[in-house]
Amino acid sequence: MPNKNGASFVRSLLNAWSWLFLLLILGFFEIYAQTQTASTFLFRVYNLQSISVAASQILLLALGLTLVIVAGHIDLSIAFSTGFAAVVMALIIRAAGADAGWLVVLLAMGAGLLAAGLVGLVNGWLVALLNVPSFIGTLGTYGIARGAALIVAGGATVSIRNDHARAFGNGHVLGLPIPLVTAAILALICHYLLKHTKFGAHTYALGANRASVERAGVNVKKHLVLLFLLSAVTAGIGGLIYTSRFSAGAANAGEPILLYAVAAVFIGGASLTGGQGTITGTVIGAFIIAVIQFGLVFCGLPPYWQFVAVGLVIIVAVLVDQSKHHIVGGGS
Amino acid sequence: MRDVSFEVNAGECVVLAGDNGAGKSTVIKMISGVYQPTAGKVWMNGELLTGKTPEAVRSAGIETIYQDLALADNLDPGLNLYLGRERTRRVLGLPFLDRKTMREDAVKVMKGLGIVVPDPAAPVREMSGGQRQAIAIARAIHWQAGLVIMDEPTAALGVPEQREVMALIERLKSKGVGIILISHNLPDIFAAADRIIVLARGIVAGERRPAETNDEEIVRMMMGATL
Repeated sequence: MPNKNGASFVRSLLNAWSWLFLLLILGFFEIYAQTQTASTFLFRVYNLQSISVAASQILLLALGLTLVIVAGHIDLSIAFSTGFAAVVMALIIRAAGADAGWLVVLLAMGAGLLAAGLVGLVNGWLVALLNVPSFIGTLGTYGIARGAALIVAGGATVSIRNDHARAFGNGHVLGLPIPLVTAAILALICHYLLKHTKFGAHTYALGANRASVERAGVNVKKHLVLLFLLSAVTAGIGGLIYTSRFSAGAANAGEPILLYAVAAVFIGGASLTGGQGTITGTVIGAFIIAVIQFGLVFCGLPPYWQFVAVGLVIIVAVLVDQSKHHIVGGGS
Repeated sequence: MRDVSFEVNAGECVVLAGDNGAGKSTVIKMISGVYQPTAGKVWMNGELLTGKTPEAVRSAGIETIYQDLALADNLDPGLNLYLGRERTRRVLGLPFLDRKTMREDAVKVMKGLGIVVPDPAAPVREMSGGQRQAIAIARAIHWQAGLVIMDEPTAALGVPEQREVMALIERLKSKGVGIILISHNLPDIFAAADRIIVLARGIVAGERRPAETNDEEIVRMMMGATL
């Protein structure tokens, strides 16, 4: 190793790159706003709210997914765990009639979560007990959950009229949009689980070396089932928020967000081989994507450019991860 | 396997030597509870271990260190030491991993093995082969193993690291831990063994003390049964 301090400096830079990148694009859009439109990007409540709600949508799918990816697996079915939960919730509220009360809405939410949880249990059963590779297994349940959601919804969007649900989806707590508050609470819970509990330590160990946790006497099968359950339920909460915000349950509520969610996890420092990744990283990743989405539209570019931009960021994230390994690998 | 019978005393290193396919691995798997013998019994300090699960055998004080070490490379030495039995402390009623205490314990146990941990917070993937072996051994000591089974511990290591492992074995012996070492590397066998049990084709071809034998005889015994 030629220069230990130099290498560790570069390494800490690379570890912090997503923070730096987020600051960089925020700075870029702010300068653009100041110079080109003589307004502000960052210091307008509307902009910040739009960005944070967009980031929350991504996070609700990405939080549970982070734990699954740290364990060395993937969950593609979250796209339709979200949709399934959204549709089930909407159907129950609609069946209860126009003036359904809080209790019905809560019950409908519970049923939506059960529907999503069912998808998670099937994933866990496939991956943990039948040893199906998670990419294939959850691609299967992606299709099954999609079909199930469309079948129960009769192939259409299930619109509802319910003030309680609408108040939940569009309301504020302490001035913050409820979707953001929900995502923040879930992020805290997932961060605690991953960073501070035995469950989290076993999740990291599982991603690095399954034998290490097995020989330590941990029930790996049960652990995997819980991971997929968590992933499906957090995605399901995303579906509940969707139905509440738009007063409609759509089977494809989560579909356009799936790839952004996966991207947020990888931009946040996770690796496809497992064993690394953090909730803080995923939160940053989700905000990077949300800022790009909103910022490009803000700059007046056609919205299609956001796909290109997010794609480029994903590629940069992978390159950064590789050079990190290169530097660490050279040191040992 | 037929008629394989031996005992290991506290602080003694018994080497199971033999060529590939001689049955070394089968013997240790029967001791550690992975395989069940069709006949014969395993005893530890008067406790019958035959028929118990690998977990029960571990908690009875027999720790097996496999060639791949079963470490989680992305975690620090502390978490590897405590993997599956992590220490937590309560903050506002919620359990939090007590990383600091686990790290300190890891540094302490490793120090007892003569190994200085360069950075207790760094993942073990950044440590040398010998240091990693020491973590696996530290795990055994920390959980008060009375008998440690080591499967070819030097097979994947360079020469300086092989020496480190041999030194570790000496320290384990001086702590009164019994060791069953599997090896077919003659220098290792002679460096570590108090007794050498040579297996060939599933039977005991002979038992020697290092002082009363030499390389040649051991090799002949290892090959003998195949002639």
